[in-house]
Amino acid sequence: MSSSAPPESPTATSTLQSYFATRIGGILVPLAATVLAFFIGGLVVLITGHNPLTAYKAIFEGTGLNWFFPWVTGEAREEAANDLQQTLILMTPLVLTGLAVAFAFRCGLFNIGGQGQYWVGFFAALYLGTRLEGTPRPLHVLICIVASLVAGAIWGGIAGLLKATVGAHEVITTIMLNWIAIFGGAYLVEIGGPLQGPQSSIPRSDDVLPSAELWPIWGSLPSLHAGIFIALFALVVYSILLNRTTLGFEVRAVGFNPEAARYGGISVARNYFLALAISGAFAGLAGSVDLLGFKGGVSTGDFATNLIAFTGIAVALLGRNKAVGILFAALLFASLEIGTSTRQLDPEVFEPALATDLATMIQALVIFFVGAELLIVYIWRARRFLSPQPRIQPELER
Amino acid sequence: MSTTTFEGAWADRVRRLTEARSVAILGIACGVLAFWLALPPWTTRSVVGPIAAGFIALACGIAAVPRGERKLGYYAIALGILGTIGAIWLQSKEQETLDSILTAGVLASTLRFATPLAFAAIGGIFSERSGVVNIGLEGMMLTGAFFGIWGSVWSGSWVVGLLMAMLFGGLLALIHAVFSIHLRADQIVSGFAVNFLALGLTGFLFSSIYPGGIHENVSRVPNVNLDFLSSIPVIGDFLEGVFGHLNLLVWIMFLVVILSYIVLFKTPIGLRIRSVGEHPRAADTVGISVYGVRYAAVVTSGVLAALGGAFLSIGFVGSFAENMTSGRGFIALAAVIFGKWRPGWAFAACLLFGFGFALAIPLQREAGISENLISTLPYLLTLVALVGLIGRSIPPAAVGRPYVKG
Repeated sequence: MSSSAPPESPTATSTLQSYFATRIGGILVPLAATVLAFFIGGLVVLITGHNPLTAYKAIFEGTGLNWFFPWVTGEAREEAANDLQQTLILMTPLVLTGLAVAFAFRCGLFNIGGQGQYWVGFFAALYLGTRLEGTPRPLHVLICIVASLVAGAIWGGIAGLLKATVGAHEVITTIMLNWIAIFGGAYLVEIGGPLQGPQSSIPRSDDVLPSAELWPIWGSLPSLHAGIFIALFALVVYSILLNRTTLGFEVRAVGFNPEAARYGGISVARNYFLALAISGAFAGLAGSVDLLGFKGGVSTGDFATNLIAFTGIAVALLGRNKAVGILFAALLFASLEIGTSTRQLDPEVFEPALATDLATMIQALVIFFVGAELLIVYIWRARRFLSPQPRIQPELER
Repeated sequence: MSTTTFEGAWADRVRRLTEARSVAILGIACGVLAFWLALPPWTTRSVVGPIAAGFIALACGIAAVPRGERKLGYYAIALGILGTIGAIWLQSKEQETLDSILTAGVLASTLRFATPLAFAAIGGIFSERSGVVNIGLEGMMLTGAFFGIWGSVWSGSWVVGLLMAMLFGGLLALIHAVFSIHLRADQIVSGFAVNFLALGLTGFLFSSIYPGGIHENVSRVPNVNLDFLSSIPVIGDFLEGVFGHLNLLVWIMFLVVILSYIVLFKTPIGLRIRSVGEHPRAADTVGISVYGVRYAAVVTSGVLAALGGAFLSIGFVGSFAENMTSGRGFIALAAVIFGKWRPGWAFAACLLFGFGFALAIPLQREAGISENLISTLPYLLTLVALVGLIGRSIPPAAVGRPYVKG
């Protein structure tokens, strides 16, 4: 959203309005979108004959976020800690897939291929994590992570290369690459597949060796792993890369206006390629972190249910492609998913089967409303029309 | 670091290699290869080689023809088909089992796989020709699949099922239309949200309306039995095997493909749709309602995609599962681009994808190749084909851009 006060009236009000629109507005729209989405979600709960407030409260407690409340003590606190660990475990890859989508967005590209890049990174780490026995632990972990970065970058880079050289639309190519990675991955671990594990009747891979596992840092069922530090570090890298380097400047310039960037002497094609390759590296990293810290291995059945990179798109949209925004958006969506899971939610309050789909719907609504900031602005203006004193409207441009 | 790496000589070289002419020639070569593989010096006795080569020939042909290389492209298509059939026929003279791979049954199931894709792809063409990107096709299909079966179970009649599918598919498309036309949201983002919404909504309704799954007898769209086909001499049995027992929706799909071609390219309505997608300002100036046309086109796309979804639930299997479309909408989207926003060629692309899926099962059974591995083939081919579209696959000029009334 770019909005500015009319230049001919540099009054205190307009300066404030401009500040409001550029700074606070960037937070307000996602916030309003989230509130609106939860409100509509609440209506859906109401229609099905449940109390939305009780349902939301139960979902919230399932996320373990109440651990942050100092008045939660004793057994409740322990339970909250367990729940919070699950939420943070899920948040870790969500941050990374969110970054993957966001980085491409900043270059004006829509990377739907996070899922494929995630799996490619996952399998690169799986291949090396189940081999190289005897490698000391930090080195083994590092090798796996670097491999996943490279693999993800290659997978994203293919789409980037096609975009750069032949202009093939990245939405189509990344979708195709997703399916190739998914079916290819299923082939690797299916019965008789090259990476199938020890049990010949189960289509599941080997588990990674203990020397390649990420360190557990909190709790035990299952425990929060050191991958969360990698995710937080990636957020910092993302922010610095975009805002403090020439590469980031060029990527953003191309994202703002490719024609202008071209006139400015920036190679648009090169940046398309680099942006998608770096995107892919983030998503690939999500795959290895998820594997080495939490999953340990993969079965053929996991491919259909794993939508981590699709949620990552929602994370990037809600987080407005900003590092801090992505962190909170990832936390929100991870909480939603954990809070509505069968394990956390009491069926008496709200059936988990319904709640999981409710979470998906709320995610969809959030994307809708964030995408259509005009809608939020319309609602905002409608409120202003009701107020007695008409004020200057900052003109909104896309 | 050189900034001309991609835009310079290297890109030129790639571009020259992937011009329609080169693609068509590659296709012809592959078509010949498909047949040659069965002959000395190779004498392969596996159908995989010829089928893969024939497949590539087909893909190259379909990519080349709409891009100007008509003659060579048609040669590639013809050679691809003839070469593959010829090679398999040669082999089948020695090996009985190979007969069962390229049978009438496979062609019939090619049509079955292609039908939902074709419905959605035609819908996508309408939407994109009017200037609205619709990656929500997937969600609209899923909605059609659910409400199709819901209407069918509720009323006991598949007609109501189809109507319900079309109604709710259209409604979902209307949401996409409002967001991308009036609210000027990013069309890709809005389409993506449509997919998420449909996934959540259908899952939610499915678990709350049918907690233990659907046990009622679902009224399914009937098959059209054309038994008289077998009385035609020589090819009668084959024709009967392919066309004899197709679902009614498959025939409707044929009709929709033909009709959409006529509507888009032979009627004033089509001219309006296309003009709005190419140059909305000009269309507005001559009195065409840009918003009106776009709304109509997007809703049409939802209705058609929903029919495709309904084919999955009440045409093909008679049941519903969460996320049962599993990416078909996206494949349809690829078919739209592959087919250069033209109904006939998009349909050809759908047939190609359908053929790829239809082959997976018999190939696994007969040749022992992993079904998962074969399933990557259509996607790989699309990628290869996309490379072949360089500079020639030009989308409608205004696609993806919201129109602001001036």
